[in-house]
Order: sequence, then C-alpha cells, then structure tokens
Amino acid sequence: MNVSVIVDFLIGFLILAGALLCLIAAFGVIRLPDVYTRNHAASKAATLGVMFILLGTFIYFYAFEGHFNSRLILGIVFLFMTSPISGHLINRAAYNSGVKLWDKSVRDDLKKYNSNLMDKSSAD
Amino acid sequence: MAFQILLNIALAFLWMFIKVSYDPISFVKGYLFGLLVIFFFRRFFRSRFYLFRLWSFIKLTFIFLKELVLSNIAIVKIVLKPKLEMRPGIFALETDLTKGWQITLLSSLITLTPGTLVIDVSEDNKILFVHAMDIGEVEEEINSIKNTFERAILEVSR
Repeated sequence: MNVSVIVDFLIGFLILAGALLCLIAAFGVIRLPDVYTRNHAASKAATLGVMFILLGTFIYFYAFEGHFNSRLILGIVFLFMTSPISGHLINRAAYNSGVKLWDKSVRDDLKKYNSNLMDKSSAD
Repeated sequence: MAFQILLNIALAFLWMFIKVSYDPISFVKGYLFGLLVIFFFRRFFRSRFYLFRLWSFIKLTFIFLKELVLSNIAIVKIVLKPKLEMRPGIFALETDLTKGWQITLLSSLITLTPGTLVIDVSEDNKILFVHAMDIGEVEEEINSIKNTFERAILEVSR
C-alpha cells in the first residue's frame, strides 16, 4: 500500500464525512424541538462538516496538482473562530426576544437571574 | 511575551551582523542561540519563558480540536436516535476568569464542547449562562470539563 493510495482514502474519507456531518446537521435542524437545541446541531455539526470538506479539498489540490492553497487554510481558521460566536449570538437574540424553551426543559437559571436583577432595580 | 519574542529576533539579527552572512539559515541559527540566551536569563523577565507559554497554547489548541470532534459525535448520536429523550436546560456557571479575551475564549470552547452552548454572559462578567442539551446527568461531567478548560486558559495567560 503506497502513499498515494492512503492519500486517496484520506481525501475520500474527509469529503464524505464532511458531507455526512452536514446532512446530519440538516436532519437535526428539522427534528429537534426548539431554537436552542436546533442551534446545537447547526453550530457544531455543520462547522466540523464544512471544515472537513475544506481540508479534503486542500489535500486534494496539494497532492495531485502540487498547489498549496493557503486560502483554504485561512477559510478553516476563520470558520473555526466565527461559527461558535454566531451560534451564541443567535441564541442570545432568541432568548432576549422571548423565544420559549422546549416544554420538557428542566432548568432556567438565566430567568431567575434576570428576575433578581429586575427586583433589585425596582427596589432601588 | 511579545517583548521576549522581539528580543529574540533582535538577537538573531545581532548574530547575522556578527557573522556578516545575511541568509535565512544564519537567522535561524541566531534565533536558536538567542532562545538559549533568553532561557538562561529567564528570571530577569516579568513573565514566564515564552516557549512554555507557547507550549500551553498548543495544548489548548489540541483540546479544542478534540472537543470539537467529541461534540459532533454527541450531536450525531442525539439526532439519529429514534426517540428524543434529552432534557435541555439553562444552568449558570461561575467563572474565575477576568479579562475579556479569556472569557471569549472560554465561551467559544464551551460552545464547541459536547452539548453545551453559551447563551449569555452576566453584566459583571462573572457568570456564564449555558444551555445544555442534556442536563441532569452530565452537569458534573461538564463542570469538570470547564475546570480543565479554565485551567488551560489560565495556564496560557500566566
């Protein structure tokens, strides 16, 4: 088994795994009950999926064309930095505009904290 | 840390001027000798020897990657299970970190860990509100993960 066969398998694995993860993220967005749990699926599985696809593309062009495409690496880094923050912002915006949690949710410490804050400011 | 790196580069240039050879190889040689000098004089600097700090940063990166893969496996398991039997909820997490970038880094790490997502940071930057996919049983485990992350971040900033 020589190196190019291993590289072939690696590229195939990365691209297929990335596509599969994106598919599962889409399933998650359809199946899960509320905004917050959907956001879990969208912000994690899709991130790693796209990163895998970009990495596979990078290795393909490097191994077969001899072309070192640094933009793909930059794309991976940018995605890695920005996607958790966008997930957080969407969640926060949803919470602050009053979107309810799923009715089987068990705890809500933020609600308590916010109502404490309200009590304090009304007491002042 | 930035000062030590700058000093190291200056020492490398000094080496090039002493040797009167201006090519990358002598720069690298000078950099390595400068590293040695800075290592021996490390107690005169206010912060730690910067390679130690770089090393803890690399460790943090590997934790990041590992948690990303683990969180994806957890998500895939939950999504593909025929019955939805998770118990989501929001819990408060008190943090010891103070600087803005540390809290940003911690919340990104939490967002990429299995089944947790940061919703809000309190006004005084002391409490993070985390939405967990499956609260109850995992809360202890998640807290231990937080401790490792928090410790790794403190390690980097020390």
